[in-house]
Amino acid sequence: MKDAFGIPQSLLVLGGTSEIALATARRLIARRTRTVWLAGRPSPALDRSAADLRALGADVRTVAFDALDPESHEAVLGKVFAEGDIDMVLLAFGILGDQARDERAPLNAVRVAQTNYTGAVSAALVSACALQSQGHGSLVVLSSVAGERARRANFIYGSSKAGLDAFTQGLGDALHGTGVHVMVVRPGFVRSKMTADREEVPFATTPEAVATAIEVGLRRRSETVWVPGALRVVMSALRHVPRAVFRRLPV
Amino acid sequence: MPADTVSVTGWGRTAPTTSLLIRPRTYEEAAAAIRGCGARGGIPRGLGRAYGDAAQNAGGAIFDMTGLDRVHAVDAAGGVVSCDAGVSLHRLMEVLLPLGWFVPVTPGTRYVTVGGAIGADIHGKNHHVSGSFSRHVLSLELLTADGEIRTVPRGTPLFDATTGGMGLTGVILTATLQLQPVRTSLMTVDTERASDLDDVMARMTATDDQYRYSVAWIDLLARGAATGRAVLTRGDHAPLEALPKGTRARRHPLAFRPSRLPAVPAVLPEGLLSRRTVGWFNELWYRKAPRARTGQLQRLSAFFHPLDGVPHWNRIYGRGGFVQYQFTVGHGQEDTLRRIVRRVSDHRCPSFLAVLKRFGDADPGWLSFPQPGWTLALDIPAGLPGLGALLDTLDEDVAAAGGRVYLAKDSRLRPELLAAMYPRLDDFRALRARLDPRGVLVSDLARRLDL
Repeated sequence: MKDAFGIPQSLLVLGGTSEIALATARRLIARRTRTVWLAGRPSPALDRSAADLRALGADVRTVAFDALDPESHEAVLGKVFAEGDIDMVLLAFGILGDQARDERAPLNAVRVAQTNYTGAVSAALVSACALQSQGHGSLVVLSSVAGERARRANFIYGSSKAGLDAFTQGLGDALHGTGVHVMVVRPGFVRSKMTADREEVPFATTPEAVATAIEVGLRRRSETVWVPGALRVVMSALRHVPRAVFRRLPV
Repeated sequence: MPADTVSVTGWGRTAPTTSLLIRPRTYEEAAAAIRGCGARGGIPRGLGRAYGDAAQNAGGAIFDMTGLDRVHAVDAAGGVVSCDAGVSLHRLMEVLLPLGWFVPVTPGTRYVTVGGAIGADIHGKNHHVSGSFSRHVLSLELLTADGEIRTVPRGTPLFDATTGGMGLTGVILTATLQLQPVRTSLMTVDTERASDLDDVMARMTATDDQYRYSVAWIDLLARGAATGRAVLTRGDHAPLEALPKGTRARRHPLAFRPSRLPAVPAVLPEGLLSRRTVGWFNELWYRKAPRARTGQLQRLSAFFHPLDGVPHWNRIYGRGGFVQYQFTVGHGQEDTLRRIVRRVSDHRCPSFLAVLKRFGDADPGWLSFPQPGWTLALDIPAGLPGLGALLDTLDEDVAAAGGRVYLAKDSRLRPELLAAMYPRLDDFRALRARLDPRGVLVSDLARRLDL
């Protein structure tokens, strides 16, 4: 069960090697979390992540999970929920793709969309259903500012996150009053291995800062969290910039 | 039987979960409800005054017992009442005061049910004289997980597991209580100011036994030499002679007339209780108290339940809710108490309802909270930065000193510390495993702390 500050005792991470997810797990383990499930494709990186969290004192288990195989989601996640209540599901998987290359290779672009959007839709719905029968729990979905308004420079990734973001908001409204809390997290540019080769943009943040924002959001039972918080204002301004101007912006 | 899906929190308004709220109107309906529980079980709930998640059951059933609220019989000569567990102490006072009887123990609110009072084994300002609520329970009837109704006499393991058992041994249906005789519905109250924590502890140690009721309000925002300054209020039921002749109070000495202000609105601006506003309040509250005054006549409700005069007072903490922290440490552990008061004061917790009390002898309930020594209760807005970590360090201090925190108020304890705080925890778990092998009776508190 979550405590008065919204800190979960058990955590399921979908995308068990995500740096943001691991930073969040570390933070939550330092407070209350005892059971952590890391779901992801079996890999040395996943085992390493599990070992790192285990060293902090948590009971960590890994589970083979593939976002691109929605047919398996119900069975895989069903097994996790059957082991006991999950207080928080952190949907953290996603790929950035390579915009320039993917524009010429539609199948690559589809893979980005399938991972970030359809895979997430399936995993989120399966999780939401399980949380609903528990009568409690938080579903925290990592979206992105890139989904707020698609940019020329990464609209494939951006559009997939836009879809995920809209889906999550709707899901949150659908689950209102069921005891399940749905939170959309919209980080700006996060310095991590996923973005190591990218040029940094203003309002860049870190996995640790996102983790902190998630912890605060859990306590406040927020529905939307921007990281850093100033992006809420910046993006609501950018949303209203005319297309002709937005197209030329160096963002 | 009426049933609704509702989102439920405790009085602290943190960690809401959703349950099926079932309101039994007869014992048979209650038995049917407990037999018909799904995989996520059920838990009885009274008036929802437990601060944390004791009467919540995510995804399962909650039995709202306030529909079973009949007073069955009053022995006006011997001072014994038998009633349904859903009867509130408020109702009992309405019924019993005109007959010259008062509830044996009342907490800071009279809006608790008899069932809740037994389940949490509540205490009041008279604990050093009268012990906790269970000491005055002559017998009770318990609806257990198998749907059977058992009469539970005093001195049995099931009685001791049920008093303080947070509703996890079964649903209390009725109870028979021994009452306290009173001549009037007024209190005669002595008030004094204490300049710091040591001063108030010394005064309580020296003269508490001269009073039936004793409690100290503590200013936890005061610092330096004034750390832990307090207003000590102690008193007893006023004898008839204390009431001035010819007044309305003298003509109707047993009238029960609690006053009520308008309720706190449902939506309030956030952050009303900041360090600054609470600091002002505490300063004012301390200064307005007389340095020393004796024999003041107060109404029962003003002495015992000042906050009941403001319906929904818990809303002043805003949407984020608040955390109540109450712990006890034994005599000889005063240093732990001092250290905790200093830590809370250094952290600048905006707490305006901090009270210190000296406990008397413990009662045998396995998970009963009071033990001989000191108890401090404080309320803090849940949104205060660093609060979770601060309370965790206090827990460790309390556990190391052989103390414990109060389950009826808890919403955030680490489960690992529970066994150290409650030595009879294993017995409690074993009894539950025998009595309720399917785990029908379960609450969010039980899940969180693995009770």
